[in-house]
Amino acid sequence: MTLQRLGRPAVLVLLSVIVLYPLVWMLGSSFKAPDEVLNNMSVFPQTFTPGNYTDGWGHFDVAFGRFFFNSAMVAGLTVVANCISCLLAAYAFARLKFRLRGFWFAIMIGTLLLPGHVLIVPQFVMFKTFGWVGGDWPYAPLIVPQLLATEAFFVFLMVQFMRGVPRELDDAAKIDGCTAYGVFRHVILPLSRPALVSTAIFSFIWTWNDFFRQLVYLSDLEKYTAPVALTLFIDSSGQSAVGPMFAMSVLSLLPVFLFFVAFQRMLVEGINTTGLKG
Amino acid sequence: MATTTARQTPTRPPAGPAASQRRGRPARHKSDGAAGYIFLSPWLLGLLTITAVPMLMSLYLSFTNYDVLSDWESMEWVGLDNYRTMFTEDPSFWHAVRVTLVFALVATPLKLAAALGVALLLNRSFRGAGIFRGLFYLPSLLGGSVALAIVWVNMFNRDGAFNSFLGWFGIEGKAWVNDPDFALGTLILLAVWQFGAPMVIFLAGLKQVPLELYEAASVDGAGTVRKFFAVTLPILSPVIFFNLVLETINGFQGFTSAFVLSNGTGGPVDSTLMYTLHLYIKGWNEYQMGYASAMAWVFLLSIGLVTAVIFRTGKFWVHYSDGED
Repeated sequence: MTLQRLGRPAVLVLLSVIVLYPLVWMLGSSFKAPDEVLNNMSVFPQTFTPGNYTDGWGHFDVAFGRFFFNSAMVAGLTVVANCISCLLAAYAFARLKFRLRGFWFAIMIGTLLLPGHVLIVPQFVMFKTFGWVGGDWPYAPLIVPQLLATEAFFVFLMVQFMRGVPRELDDAAKIDGCTAYGVFRHVILPLSRPALVSTAIFSFIWTWNDFFRQLVYLSDLEKYTAPVALTLFIDSSGQSAVGPMFAMSVLSLLPVFLFFVAFQRMLVEGINTTGLKG
Repeated sequence: MATTTARQTPTRPPAGPAASQRRGRPARHKSDGAAGYIFLSPWLLGLLTITAVPMLMSLYLSFTNYDVLSDWESMEWVGLDNYRTMFTEDPSFWHAVRVTLVFALVATPLKLAAALGVALLLNRSFRGAGIFRGLFYLPSLLGGSVALAIVWVNMFNRDGAFNSFLGWFGIEGKAWVNDPDFALGTLILLAVWQFGAPMVIFLAGLKQVPLELYEAASVDGAGTVRKFFAVTLPILSPVIFFNLVLETINGFQGFTSAFVLSNGTGGPVDSTLMYTLHLYIKGWNEYQMGYASAMAWVFLLSIGLVTAVIFRTGKFWVHYSDGED
């Protein structure tokens, strides 16, 4: 009995050490001197050196801050685009009656399971034909699809949420003379704030972490986002760059980590109610 | 704003003034026809331009030798050549299929087992349960980020932390990520480490198990193990099924960690050449968009097939509590 009572916390503590070790090791290593970065499995640096951060920041012809700015811009615009477009679509699916609604809804659910890699080749060819790839502002292929509610996960999440809003509110608003637009503006929009916040946070985190699409569409160093820029460290591959690479990796995980700290409960509950993946 | 809304579960309906009333609603006089399509129009436009047209285009491209660099006139209809090359002349293709299958078939069950095991450990209310739940979820949230893959690769390098750990036990380490026999294994470990997302879904599922069933099982003399197999697993089977489908599809799409480990080559000796990485190399390094399109279609059909197989087998082991097994 006592063994069982002791066993669970012991196992959990051991597990959290294993789970957290890589992250803490990365943080510690980002402050280690070059010769110590890899050889020391301790999370604490023998000598604390912030030099990796300054080296990493200025490691390429373009300052790393530029890559973070690009990432923040792409993620920020994606958040706004997703919130607006998915909310509109979700309102139609959850609340309005129109012909073929069931059919379109089934299609929307179908696109949930469609892997992004299947569409990226023709999308790339298409966007390149439009002249959107490699131009002055090569982010259009990353943003425009989000403006068109192609992130079916968020449409689904908001539909599920809106189904929980009592229908009587719509009916009351309609009796008071509201049209479908009025109901959206005065009932659904204000009540959907929690769903919008979830969408915003997950959109931001996923876009920030996204690599494949950014790798495909961004070819000009100055236009790189943080994940694509991080892979440059691997190209240069000299052992001396490991410290700066770790430092920039830490910085690139920082926004997601801060979101995690601020919204931990909500993120965790958000996935268990909707099946959203981290 | 953030802190107040964060407490609210996204899918919990706000208690409106009418929430407690009966669901009787006045008959609709007309449908919202036009408004429905107006609100749906961005999505419809997206479906058409970002999904449907590209899919058809990709099907067409897969029968051509389009290289994306030259103009459309240079595009040639080559019939089934891309598919024929893929299946008969491109050993890397079959290699990529094998690597992806091994990755998905090993990582997915291990990840789900870890997720379920930890969920069972956390499925008691005790002080700090929420903190542990959050901690275990963190790696999955950081997910497929490049930064995480970079750390992982360095941990399993010759001088990496993993070898220092082995050194404690007097075991001579090696550069695991440069060894064709072990490189994929390190990527599998990375995927398993990110067990947090399915764990949270399992936890939600475990909350649904009626306690009476455990009591009844105890009365019948069932021990912990017996209870797990006779009560927990069957009741949890729909959730296991859900996680299995999602994680399998995820597994097939692994890209970032393989790209980072091999610097985009799929090495050492093609041992981490995941399917999507091979597709990327064909499309964007070798400019064979026609071939890459053909690969994308084979990928889509394979994922569809695998999902269908999982759904088929689900009939035998997924139990729904409404009695319609």
